[in-house]
Amino acid sequence: MIPAAFDYVAPRSLPEAVADLVKHGSEAKVLAGGHSLIPLMKLRLSTPSFLVDIGRIQDLSYIREADSHIALGALTTHHEIEFSELVKARLPLLQQAAAQIGDAQVRNRGTIGGAAAHADPNGDFPTCLLALDAELIAVGPRGERSIKAQDFFVDTFTSALEPAEILREIRIPRPPSASSGTYLKFSRRSQDWAIVAVAAQVSLREGRVERVAIGLTGMGPRPLRAAAAERALTGKAVAPDALREASAQAADGTQPPEDLNGSPEYRRHLAAVLTRRALEAITGSK
Amino acid sequence: MRQRVSMTINGTNYEHEVEPRLLLVHYIREQAGLTGTHVGCDTSNCGACTIEMDGHSVKACTVFAVQANGSQLLTIEGLAQGTQLHPLQQAFWDEHGLQCGYCTPGMIMAARQLLARNPDPTEKEIRMGIEGNLCRCTGYHNIVKAIQAAAKVMGEGAERKAPATAPSARRD
Repeated sequence: MIPAAFDYVAPRSLPEAVADLVKHGSEAKVLAGGHSLIPLMKLRLSTPSFLVDIGRIQDLSYIREADSHIALGALTTHHEIEFSELVKARLPLLQQAAAQIGDAQVRNRGTIGGAAAHADPNGDFPTCLLALDAELIAVGPRGERSIKAQDFFVDTFTSALEPAEILREIRIPRPPSASSGTYLKFSRRSQDWAIVAVAAQVSLREGRVERVAIGLTGMGPRPLRAAAAERALTGKAVAPDALREASAQAADGTQPPEDLNGSPEYRRHLAAVLTRRALEAITGSK
Repeated sequence: MRQRVSMTINGTNYEHEVEPRLLLVHYIREQAGLTGTHVGCDTSNCGACTIEMDGHSVKACTVFAVQANGSQLLTIEGLAQGTQLHPLQQAFWDEHGLQCGYCTPGMIMAARQLLARNPDPTEKEIRMGIEGNLCRCTGYHNIVKAIQAAAKVMGEGAERKAPATAPSARRD
């Protein structure tokens, strides 16, 4: 499968890349790892006439701990996140999600910024970023701006990025020490996208749930938060009944899609079961 | 507009003018003439086109040749030293880790990355580690055995001589 012809530049800096995007308008696409874009181009579902390859821009691949947050450069690969000791220790939810994306070869090329900008409702990282209250830093012709994850994922394959904006960094608030998370993904075959996945992060204080965030993959046109389940569990003492009651509400308010993998009812069931398993795994209560 | 690309494949430098839409796997097969890297599914699922690019295994059907400009590539042809097979090639031979053989170059390149990151994998880790590579003959059992055997040999640092019956992996 041969993509439609296009012109290609590989700028060395973000301002140059933004200028290229401004110049070529809606005909241009940003190429990062290319593991979402290139397959779409080969199927000619996407036919940009101009590609701006940001892969040669220095200093866009890093994982750093700052005072208030952990910063990931937009070109940090899934592999780098999967194998990062810092991410494993501080953001196990993100590390587990990274390890379950695609396969080793895909993880060597795919980037977190590309996955976020692609805004696939069945993608793993968008849900994690939503559950972790991430901020996404974009650079455009009018300078830099920060977009909260809850505002970033707008619709299926649609993010809040303007056409000439490029993601530069993703900032994840540092979870408190008594906080942990997990990512549970259900699919029928290795390599597959999630049918449903759950990203859960729980902060405990004196045996009670101080804060809980539950993100859902595959339950709608964009990543969602299980707001009813979160409300049901916040402030509760950790106990099997409380986890079960909250989990049963995981799919409340969602309208999951129907496809070959399953019905909306099947997805609602998966969301509840995966949420319960995630909460049990994090709190050790069963 | 065509672009000039230059890259090193198995230690040899190649330079060509290419269309930006040329996929790396086609560059390797048709411009560099190295046909050991196969095109299988052409949709980044099957892994038959797996090569190493700057030390990382990649599916060459999902990389543009222009993205590899300036890179160091390693393909299946670069593994053997003269007539001496790489321990993974030897293990696939010894354990009969192939049936039709179409997936074999990609399997071996994926296994190489797996063993570089995890020199002593469990059977489950091997099976998960090659999840990006499909064998349509479903010959996974001996593929896993071959990778286990290679891990043992490579772990011992043993340099095994290829038997006289083994074919030369070098193209003439």
